[in-house]
Order: sequence, then structure tokens, then C-alpha cells
Amino acid sequence: MTTQWDTSRAAGIISKYLPLEGPMLPILHALQEEFGFLSDEAIRLVAQTLNVSRAEVYGVVSFYHDFRQEPPGRHVLKICRAEACQSMGSEANAQKLLETLGLDWGDTTPDGRLTVEPVYCLGLCACAPSAMLDDELHARLDAQGLQALAGEVI
Amino acid sequence: MGLIQETDYGTKPSKATALVTLTIDGQSITVPEGTSIMRAAAEMGTRIPKLCATDSLDSFGSCRLCLVEIEGRPGTPASCTTPVGQGMVVHTQNAKVAKLRKGVMELYISDHPLDCLTCSANGNCELQDAAGEVGLREVRYGYEGKNHLDAEKDVSNPYFQFDPSKCIVCSRCVRACEEIQGTFALTIDGSGFNSKVSAGINEDFFDSECVSCGACVQACPTATLMEKSVIEVGQPEHSEVTTCAYCGVGCTFKAEMRGEEVVRLVPYKDGKANHGHSCVKGRFAWGYATHKDRITKPMIREKITDPWREVSWEEAISYAANKFKQIQAEHGKDSIGGITSSRCTNEETYLVQKLIRAGFGNNNVDTCARVCHSPTGYGLVNTYGTSAGTQDFDSVDEADVILVIGANPTDGHPVFASHMKKRLREGAKLIVADPRRIDLVRSPHVEAAHHLALRPGTNVALVNALAHTVIEEGLADEDFIRERCDWDEFAEWAAFIMRKENSPEATEAHTGVPAAELRAAARLYANARNAAIYYGLGVTEHSQGTSTVIAIANLAMATGNVGRPGVGVNPLRGQNNVQGSCDMGSFPHEFPGYRHVSDNTARRILEMDWGVSLSNEPGLRIPNMIDAAMDGTFLGLYIQGEDIVQSDPDTKHMVAGLSAMKCVVVQDLFLNETADYAHVFLPGCSFLEKDGTFTNAERRIQRVRKVMAPKNGYADWEVTVMLAKAMGMTMDYSHPSEIMDEVARTTPSFAGVSYEALDKLGSIQWPCNEKAPTGTPVMHIDGFVRGRGRFIISDYVPTDEKAGPRFPLLLTTGRILSQYNVGAQTRRTDNVAWHGEDVLEIHPFDAEQRGVKDGGWVKLASRAGETSLRAKITDRVAPGVVYTTFHHPLTQANVITTDYSDWATNCPEYKVTAVQVSLSNGPTEWQTEYQAHSEQARRIAPPVAAE
Repeated sequence: MTTQWDTSRAAGIISKYLPLEGPMLPILHALQEEFGFLSDEAIRLVAQTLNVSRAEVYGVVSFYHDFRQEPPGRHVLKICRAEACQSMGSEANAQKLLETLGLDWGDTTPDGRLTVEPVYCLGLCACAPSAMLDDELHARLDAQGLQALAGEVI
Repeated sequence: MGLIQETDYGTKPSKATALVTLTIDGQSITVPEGTSIMRAAAEMGTRIPKLCATDSLDSFGSCRLCLVEIEGRPGTPASCTTPVGQGMVVHTQNAKVAKLRKGVMELYISDHPLDCLTCSANGNCELQDAAGEVGLREVRYGYEGKNHLDAEKDVSNPYFQFDPSKCIVCSRCVRACEEIQGTFALTIDGSGFNSKVSAGINEDFFDSECVSCGACVQACPTATLMEKSVIEVGQPEHSEVTTCAYCGVGCTFKAEMRGEEVVRLVPYKDGKANHGHSCVKGRFAWGYATHKDRITKPMIREKITDPWREVSWEEAISYAANKFKQIQAEHGKDSIGGITSSRCTNEETYLVQKLIRAGFGNNNVDTCARVCHSPTGYGLVNTYGTSAGTQDFDSVDEADVILVIGANPTDGHPVFASHMKKRLREGAKLIVADPRRIDLVRSPHVEAAHHLALRPGTNVALVNALAHTVIEEGLADEDFIRERCDWDEFAEWAAFIMRKENSPEATEAHTGVPAAELRAAARLYANARNAAIYYGLGVTEHSQGTSTVIAIANLAMATGNVGRPGVGVNPLRGQNNVQGSCDMGSFPHEFPGYRHVSDNTARRILEMDWGVSLSNEPGLRIPNMIDAAMDGTFLGLYIQGEDIVQSDPDTKHMVAGLSAMKCVVVQDLFLNETADYAHVFLPGCSFLEKDGTFTNAERRIQRVRKVMAPKNGYADWEVTVMLAKAMGMTMDYSHPSEIMDEVARTTPSFAGVSYEALDKLGSIQWPCNEKAPTGTPVMHIDGFVRGRGRFIISDYVPTDEKAGPRFPLLLTTGRILSQYNVGAQTRRTDNVAWHGEDVLEIHPFDAEQRGVKDGGWVKLASRAGETSLRAKITDRVAPGVVYTTFHHPLTQANVITTDYSDWATNCPEYKVTAVQVSLSNGPTEWQTEYQAHSEQARRIAPPVAAE
């Protein structure tokens, strides 16, 4: 998922989205997709190209939880912490998993295999609690199910 | 005396003309449409509690403290974001809003340190005030919850600290940086509870894009962003309104004091030049006034190789006067002269030229404007009739196209640059003509439509080509020309400008600017509803400086861009009072008010007032004085507040000339470079220690007010009076206001100026007389001052200073934001943190060819001399061009510059010097010797024991 920073490739990606009206968010998404996270270099390059300050780009990057400023693990597990999932026990399940892995929200396992992140609603409230492993959705996850899901990749 | 309190109306005034009447708290009030409820209430004296609102910023509506009830409307809208409506009935205070406000305040205070008694903002804290206003008595949530109290301070900026533990995240600092300063260095990092103010990418303020203008500190309602001086000294107890002594913008400040100690300088909202904004120099770099290098006792010495000897004022003054009298007795009355200072007040400058004209009996007076804007004076007098810019700064708000030539406003005139950038963000188009890619060419939210990156020394060709395009493509404003100018002169000029050598295609060979780009820029300028030209020393400091000023004046006339707001020809004058020093008659050929010394009417007026007869022959200019000194005919010089050794070109020649004189008297704050060659040193005083006036680049006369006693015992004008009396003149003034009265009664364009009028109006833009009793913001409105606008032919003559095999590169010089001119003041402040030494900017291509490394020492040589400094590799400069600043005496950039100068005014050609750059190990022999000589020349003999 993470590839080495490459300024000219990044510039190519940015130029693809430049004609859009309000291109910053699509650019940031595309850069994260390519490089796995948004490094300081990425922020500076976006600022330079869009002729805005690096503070402004950083403000956007840090505002949205979906943007990452550190390289993630090989896999990313997003556990829903929104109301419906909470009411179905997601919080306790998640705490248990984090304890087992010795991680806090947003951390990556020392071997770099898995990053656990919170997410606030995946739109699966009817079959809560839910989570997303990489790009795949998983519903009705009890504590065991969540552990098993994480177990698939570590 | 007390602290000057400025009312904060919460939101900006509305510019609408339609009026709306509403009722607030049972009282009827009428305000312009679009006014916020908060502002309407404030105008009738009702303060609605607020935190995120302040009238320097657009309303934001985030703090939720200013909620009000409006009859017939649901909910409790924020009064800062709700505009007034006809017939609206508003309640700013009732049980419902009181409860809501208290609830909001409780939440703020639950995450705020309760250390008011030891807090630096104690007594001047908007959060504290708001808590008081809402009647907060308890915080039900306690203080034990999650909070930010342990957040780490950022003390990286030398002048202010950022303490996030006290931050309420109102975004006032972020918005001030964006809306007022236009740098966008701050943001809110994260969201929700984790929100915090961040500079850059979560960097220290010092390492971020922050330019330390102080707008964020000014906007902060708490102690989160606070001046270190307030943390150290405490809150001020009284203040005075005064004018900044740095650049020609002329910002108004409140000097906030504790007794005689300056606590801080805060920009004054009512200041007509700065509207409450400031830059790092004016806002923070005033510590030089109490620097340990300051000399406060007069000193004399027989020979410049002797150590200085501290003496009494009487002895120093009579020593200087006797020497001057003796020189005149032996060598004639023309053998002495003086130099006025653009850093001193109008009154002081006036007295120095009066001393020379009436006391010395000759017109040997010159000023540092010689080396900056003398071509502006000559050029604009001859075309328009006035030696000054045509507009006020606010005119930029109406400009649709802005052409900046040879000026770097973000560094040289930062507060006006912020004003200009605001207009550019509103959509005005920008053309920059500069060899270097200055920040305005492209920086956050500002981008020039055209950057005409011309070769140094080709301004005239460039401006002529712009005019050629205008005429050739039929873009001239014929109606304007027929009505305002002489049509025959225009026709003659048009025939000249249409010559093939002035076409963009032909000038491209000289300027290096592609013809198509230049034509596009010319069309943009000519087709604009309002197009304004701003220029700086990049225009004047050339062998053809005057020609460029004339070419610019022609271009503006040809397109009808003179005589109304939004247009004009605007020199960005360098020093705080360079306009004023010229106005006050500092040139050898002109009396105060730009009246030639041969003008019998003017001379008669002064002779009557001064009671002496005056010479009708122009005196010597600075370069002539130095040449005459070498010839042994000019032997005594009184220099008030100017460091000609560092600031004037061809240092070696200057030093030789001064060394040949018999008596050089230097009046200054510090032992400057020129004082190394002086026989008498008269300590000067800073702008904080005297009364007077400065005149800024928009001809605005503003008061300088004394906030502390002169450290040297006398204000500078008093020193001149003592010297004049010792020379046998009568000079009796008890206050600078009497000097201004004399200026007013003898100078028609100043007839209506007095301290009383200045106190009443705040400031006055000359001309101020019967026709314009409150002054003149925009000139030439109903016609040019000289009658008909005059087109003058401006041939392009390439400078003799050409790059060749020995010196293949062109050096151009300029300034940097944090330092000011020769640096005498800024080098003695913490501003050195940003710019500790001058560096040579060189393009990567030229650097590679010479093996130059970034940060490595290089030798810079011209036919005049050589010096060494460190290199900075950057593509800001084009290949073939190198650039440096002249802020540090050790660099001695002017050892390199040559004796070439403007054909009309002798303004030196600082902006073009053919040079070679080679590797070096460190300072050159000249620099080492110069340094050793300086140390030798600045020795002060230990006081002799009394018995």
C-alpha cells in the first residue's frame, strides 16, 4: 500500500486533478492512495502547486481523520465507533482487540502488519457492530469476530 | 495620561449608503445596511459579550457568546454574523441569552488555567472580561476532566510566545494572519477537542511561514500569543500615539509605556497609513533605543587616528563651530556644508538646511534621498509638477491592475504590501517587472499575471516598449490626453515612442523579456478600468533612473491613469521621512517646498523671515562634496543621522574624501561607519525621545510624540540650534511646533499645517492650504499641478556598466524584511535572528560553473573593489544575475558598487554592477583591514581623573 515518495510522480498525480474546481481534497486522496500517507513533502508540494500556504494544506489534512500523516501498516482495520455500533457493544470489542494487540487507536503493530483506526459510521447500522478491513466491509462483528478478522492479517 | 483605549466594534463597518433603523434593547438606532447587530449595539454603547469577534476581522460566529434574541425570529442567532434589518427588535440581554452565555463560558473556563493573578494578560484579557460580563461564578464541570493545561509553550519567536494551554481556539490569530497580513502561516490543527492553533505543518513559529508581523498577537483575546516584553515588564500604564521610524509607509503606533520604559508598540487602528497593521520592524524592533552601543556623551578628537575624548556639550559644540568658522575663514564660505537625514523629523531637517543656507551662507546641503528617490523628484516635477507620489495608500483598494516595477513591497514596505495583497485576493491583476522573482510574483493566494524578468539596467527599454504597445495598438486614452496634456508634446512623444527601436520585439534583445509577454502586460495595464503603478529603488537607482520615472509618468498619462483613486504613479519611498526631508528643502538647488534657489519670490520670503540674504546658486551634492574634498576645497561637513560610508556607493572614494576633510561632525545614535572618519560626535536621539513630524510616501504628515527623555540630554533639533547659535546665528524655538509654524508661513504647500491641525485631523497630506484645508489624498484630480501634463522623450541609453569577460555577472542589490537599510537599528535588535549576515543569491547554473556551494564563502569582485560573503543558491535570480543586501557593515556591499550615477540627479547606480564571483576562504584583505580600522577608530579614551 505504501510506496516510496517520488516528487515527479506526485507532481503528475497533482496535475491530473488541478483542473477540478477545489482540487485540494481529490489531490490529497489521490496522493494518499499512491503513497499510503501524506508526508510533509506531500503537503509542501500540494501547497506549492496550489499556491496556498503549507499551513492551509496541513489544516485540511489534520482535520479529516481519513488522511494519514504516518505510513500505515500493511493492512488497515477501521472499527466503527458511531452510535449504532456503540449500542451493540463495539466499544468493548474494540478495547479488547486493542488490548490484545497492545495498541492504541491509530497505532500500528510493531511488525508493521496492521493499523487499527476508528471510523464514525460505515453506513451499516442495521447490522452493527461493523468494521472495514482494507477496503472490505464486515458486519455483525462480536468480540470474537473482530479478533478473528484481525487474525486474518497478523 | 492613561492608556489610550480603542473601541472594538466587533465587526467591520458596512460600506453601504442605505440606512436601516432598528430597536436594540428598547432604543432606536439607525445604521448603514449590512452592519451587524453586534456593531450596531456597540455604536450605541452596548457591549455584547464576545470572544471570536473583533472589528479588524470578518465575522466568524464560532464562540457562541454573542447570542441575542430577535423578536419574531426563532432561536438565538449570533449578533456578529446577523446583519441588522429594518424594524428589527433585538434583545441583547435577557434571562434566556444570559443562561446560554454562562453555559458557553463555563465550557471555556473548564479548560483554561485559573492563574489570572500571575497571567501576563491580567488586566487586559478579553476572556477575563467576558467571564465578568456573563457573571460566571462556578464551573459545574470541575477542572479535572481532559484538558490542554499541559500543552507546551512555543518560545521560538524572539518577540512573542505561544502558550496553547491558554488558547480558546477562537481562530482570531489564524484569521488575522490570513485576512490582515495575507501570509496564511497559521491554521487549526485537528478537529473537535484536539483542535489547536498550529504554525505551518505543526512547526515552531520561527521555522514556519510566519513573518512576525504581530497581527496574531494583536488579535489574540487571551495571553496565548503575548509579547515577551509584556511577560517581562507587565501591562503598560499609559500610551502615546506616534509614528514608526522605519520605512516610508509611516505606520501609526501606540507606544505603550510603564513610566519611561517602552513595554510594547501596538499598531493604532486609526492610523491612516496602516489601519492597525504592522510589520516585524515597527512592531518589535525598537530595542535599539536602549542598546548598550548607544553613545550618549559628546566626543571630540583632533585627528581621526586619535581615540575619542568625552567632553561636555558646550565644549563639543564650540569645538565644531570654531573649526567650521576657521575653515570658512581660510578657504571661503563654500568650503563647508551639511547632510540632512531622512530618519530625522521634518523640523530637524528644516533646521539643518536653514543652518546651512542662513548660517553657513551657502547651499551646500544634500540628503540621503540623493541615493534613493532624487530621480522621482526630478521626473515627477517635470512631468506632473509635484515631487511626490500621486495617491494615498487606500487608493489601491480601487485598483484593478497593479504594475509593480523595481520594488519588493513584501520586504521593503510590508504593511502596504499586505494592503495590496488584500486587493489582489479580491481579484485585481498584478504585473511585476523585476529581475528577481520577488515574493509577490507568486506566494500563497497571490500570483502575478505577468512577471517581466528584465535584465538589470533595462527599465527604460521595458517601459518604453509598454508605451509603444499602447500607442501602436490604439490603447491610449485620447480624451484624457486632449483634456489634460499638451497635444503637440504628446504627438512628438508618440512619434518617438513609435520608433522601431522602442517596439517590444526590438527591446527584447536588451531586456530579455519576450515581446509577446510584454505586449500582453501592456494590454492588461492599458485596458484596465483603473491601473496603478508602484515603483521603488529598482527604478531610481540607475544611470537612467530619471528617464525611467519619466517613462512611467508618460505611460500613466497616455492611458489616462492619473488623477482619481485607484490609479496613479506611486513611488514607494524608502525611509520614514525621505518624503519629508525632500519637502523641507534638503537638496542643494531647492528651498523647502521644491522652490528653486534662483526663484526670487521664494528666496525673498525666506530672507524676510530669516533676516539674512541667501545665495541663489545651487550648492554641492554629496558626490561633489566628496570630489571637492579630494581637491582640497571642501573641508567641513555636518552630518545628521546618515551613514554615508556604508550607504553611499564606492566606499573607498567616500572614505578618501572624508579623510581629506578638516572637520567632520557626525550626529547619530551610534558610532557608525562614517563616524570612524569624524572629529566631533554629537549623540543623537531616537524617535521615542522627541516631538516632531514625519511625512510618509503618500505625503502624509504625522506626529512623532516624545515618550521618554532624550538619553543624550537633547533632542536632535536642540543640538542643531546649539550649533547654529555657536556659529553666531539667531535661532529661537521652544518647541518643534514653532518650527512647523515657520515652515507653514514660508512654504505655500504647507500653509495649513500646524500641530493643532495635526492633533485635530490625525494626519495631513500636503498640499494643505486655503484650497485644500484638510490636505490632498489624491493629486492632479482636476488637472496637473504644473498645468498641462508634459510628455517628455525618454530615450533608452544602455548603462556603461556592462557584463564582460572579466565581470560576466550583473549584481543588483535590495533589502530583506527583517533588516532596515544599513542596519544600524535592526542589527541591534533580535531581528538578527532572521538575517544575521548578507548573503549572495546566485542561480544554480552560475554556481555550478564556479563550483560554488550553498552556504560557502565566495568573493564578489567588480572594477571598484571586492568583498567576500556567503552564497545562497536559488533560482529566484536569473542566470547571469546575482543579488545581495547591504544591511551589514562587514559585507561592505558598496565597496563593489561603482561611481556611475543618474544623469540628472547623481542618484548612484546601485542596481547594476558588473561582477565576478569566485570561491573564497573568508573575508577579503580589505574587509579585515576595514574591520581593524573600525575598531581602532572607535576607541574612547578612559576619562581623566578629576585631580
